[in-house]
Amino acid sequence: MRLVITFRTTAEAMAMERVCREQQADGRLIPVPRSISAGCGLAWCAAPQSEEALMQLMREHGVACEAVYSCLV
Amino acid sequence: MIYLDNAATTLRKPEGVAAAVAQALTSMGNSGRGAHDAALDASRVIYEARERLDRLFHAGGAQRIAFTANATQSLNTAIKGTLRSGDHVITTALEHNSVLRPLYEMQARGVELTVIPADTKGRIRYEAFEEAVRGNTRAIVCTHGSNLTGNVTDIARVGSIAGAHGLLLIADASQTAGVFDIDMQRMGIDILCFTGHKGLMGPQGTGGIAVREGVHVRPLLTGGSGIMTYSREHPDRMPTALEAGTLNGHGIAGLNAALAFLEETGLDVIRRYEQALMHAFHDAVTAIPGITVYGDFEEEERCAIVSLNVRDYDSAEVSDALYTQYGIATRPGAHCAPLMHQALGTVEQGAVRFSFSYFNTMDEVHAAAAALRELAME
Repeated sequence: MRLVITFRTTAEAMAMERVCREQQADGRLIPVPRSISAGCGLAWCAAPQSEEALMQLMREHGVACEAVYSCLV
Repeated sequence: MIYLDNAATTLRKPEGVAAAVAQALTSMGNSGRGAHDAALDASRVIYEARERLDRLFHAGGAQRIAFTANATQSLNTAIKGTLRSGDHVITTALEHNSVLRPLYEMQARGVELTVIPADTKGRIRYEAFEEAVRGNTRAIVCTHGSNLTGNVTDIARVGSIAGAHGLLLIADASQTAGVFDIDMQRMGIDILCFTGHKGLMGPQGTGGIAVREGVHVRPLLTGGSGIMTYSREHPDRMPTALEAGTLNGHGIAGLNAALAFLEETGLDVIRRYEQALMHAFHDAVTAIPGITVYGDFEEEERCAIVSLNVRDYDSAEVSDALYTQYGIATRPGAHCAPLMHQALGTVEQGAVRFSFSYFNTMDEVHAAAAALRELAME
């Protein structure tokens, strides 16, 4: 299982990547899997155990997301 | 060639701009249209440019910056996307046709329009904004700097009037972005329209619209967005809301490099240098008999523009003589600012516009003044 975070715009996805790279956080951008309904075609994919750290990071840096999923990728 | 037509477009770009465009042309995919590195690299560069523009304009976040092809597209979007039939809008005689023509179009669709007049030096009376406000006034559309006289508007003062009456302030920063400090939050600018190829020193075909949080602008164009494919409506979330279709990623890569140069150099340094050139040129030409200079030079803060005429000579002939005899590039005639020409009394003659950039030199200023001295004696 992987953690998949979806976004409403490409710019939001890019904001996520920017913050995660700067903070050396886990994950990478992937195309949104078919099993998920999302606005933007890009999603952040990371290990499930990174969820708490990533949520904290997003709050601290004002990165907005659409939804957070656990799914098989 | 001595290029003094920088208010039309800056010809010389910072080092790194052309290389960034070339690099993008050979490596960049389509932003938001895939998760492979070519597409992601495009998105990364575009996002970096958004961040730089947000830092420059204090828009309230990188997401508040949407890219357009130019200031004209931005102004059309801002004007047509906020005004409705029955609304009243206030603008000024300083405006470029990229503001006036969309406003006239809206006037024909039932929007009421008030134009604040300018005096013979191209100055406006700020109290006139206040006096023009009506119950149905929705917005003020105002330039930050006249492309003809170079006069700079006290946009923060206009912003405070707009704020006091709950009006939107749509500012045209075509002549000021990249040179003057623009703080949308502090100055009360709700929508900032800018172009990338003048003071921002990027490629033509780049521009943008910065929209403050809470301000809704209906899109001029709808279509592909890379998001919400199955929605029948174009997404309303910024910046996608105002970015239908593939962005000019190659141009934006160049703009991003230009913005990096501006950040490194500092707007204060650029502005002071350009203004030194402009004031030196102004001092030299006002000493020449037969030359009429337009605009308000008592104000220290002004764009690096000097528009003038030599005696009653056709401005086109003067500009042509400057180019053919001296290799000096200027712009003559009417400058897409019809009401400004009316206020200055230059509808017939037009005006020769000299506009300076950070890459001009004092030697070029002296050469231009010397050429005018000779032409004025003919």
